[in-house]
Amino acid sequence: MYSQGLIGADSRTEETDEFLAAFQARIDAEEKIEPTDAMPEGYRRTLIRQIGQHAHSEIVGMLPEGNWITRAPSLKRKLALLAKVQDEGGHGLYLYSAAETLGVTREQMTEELHAGKAKYSSIFNYPALSWADMGAIGWLVDGAAIMNQVALCRCSYGPYARAMIRVCAEESFHQRQGYEIMLTLCNGTKEQKEMAQDALNRFWWPALMMFGPHDGDSAHSEQSMKWKIKRFSNDALREKFINATVPQAEFLGLTVPDPDLEWNAEKGGYDHGDIDWDEFWRVVKGDGVMNRERVQMRKDAWDNGAWVREAALAHAGKRAAKVAAE
Amino acid sequence: MGDVTPLWEVFIRPRNGLAHKHVGSLHAADEALALSAARDVYTRREEGTSIWVVRSEAIAASDPARAGENFDPAEDKIYRHPTFYKIPDDVGHM
Ligand SMILES: [Fe+2]
Ligand SMILES: [Fe+2]
Repeated sequence: MYSQGLIGADSRTEETDEFLAAFQARIDAEEKIEPTDAMPEGYRRTLIRQIGQHAHSEIVGMLPEGNWITRAPSLKRKLALLAKVQDEGGHGLYLYSAAETLGVTREQMTEELHAGKAKYSSIFNYPALSWADMGAIGWLVDGAAIMNQVALCRCSYGPYARAMIRVCAEESFHQRQGYEIMLTLCNGTKEQKEMAQDALNRFWWPALMMFGPHDGDSAHSEQSMKWKIKRFSNDALREKFINATVPQAEFLGLTVPDPDLEWNAEKGGYDHGDIDWDEFWRVVKGDGVMNRERVQMRKDAWDNGAWVREAALAHAGKRAAKVAAE
Repeated sequence: MGDVTPLWEVFIRPRNGLAHKHVGSLHAADEALALSAARDVYTRREEGTSIWVVRSEAIAASDPARAGENFDPAEDKIYRHPTFYKIPDDVGHM
């Protein structure tokens, strides 16, 4: 979240063995890396990709819930949803700023998203079909995001870690408002409880997929762990999420849609069924139900807002010229 | 129009009695828009009572390549610290 203007340093680094070893030593000593510090090109590129994807996920993540704001069942729910969606927009902006400190521009990141070159979390390519989905998304999707983001608060890159601390402080309300929606539905009519169960059925597996591929199949995992960009493996975080969430589902009186789910006293955690990785890769590669529509909506928002950006810049330019002439 | 919306740094005073502190950055066409965006992005939960915005390009920063000579612990200036001066315990707290 430092400005590009503050990056006066030449970002090119000569990646000699000494340089790489000295950088790794700083990481191992738990030193934070700041924008003007020399860093390996791979470290910079990994962070640009990861923070950019994270920012896009926040922004695209506004769409499924934004769609329900006008249909919220009460003023209280509407206010909560509105505040949550606004928060997600803020999260996207903190993260874009963090990525910009690494020398990528906002325009580049936006273009890559719109061209389908940048990824975002696969979960947002699933449709939000009923009001209960607002409950399931807050509870499960934000719950999974919190698991990831709490771990990222200790990321070795200063601006990313600081953005995460801010984000985490705001996320807790997101999950709680979602769980409260689920509770209300589960204590309601039979149809309402069925809606809640249906939402859990559709969002459970995609939520588990949010943690990414198994550690062995995760392309960037090992180096990211070494650089302390990531502090916990995908599978470790996924297990943690399952162990925390299953009792919450039981409290609601809902059934987790996994027949193989079973408490394993020996490991102190749940055993669970296999994730459908074919589905995961299909959605990641662009063939989810909503991929095209989500990106199209972002493009439309960008294109339809172009005149506002142009007018604001023209107005600022004229005012500056007037002041200069006085 | 190829113009790029400029970058601003945002500083917030959490409450009176405390200094403005850097909280992040944002893009805006001018200072009025920067202030209103800063309010929306960085003060959704009573984080502040006052906001400063400044164009990022207006900030002069120290050269990171010279951080060593600028900021390395001044090991040869220990006389700037109270513990350098020996006062007998009998004198009491000072
Ligand atoms: Fe978020
Ligand atoms: Fe959230």
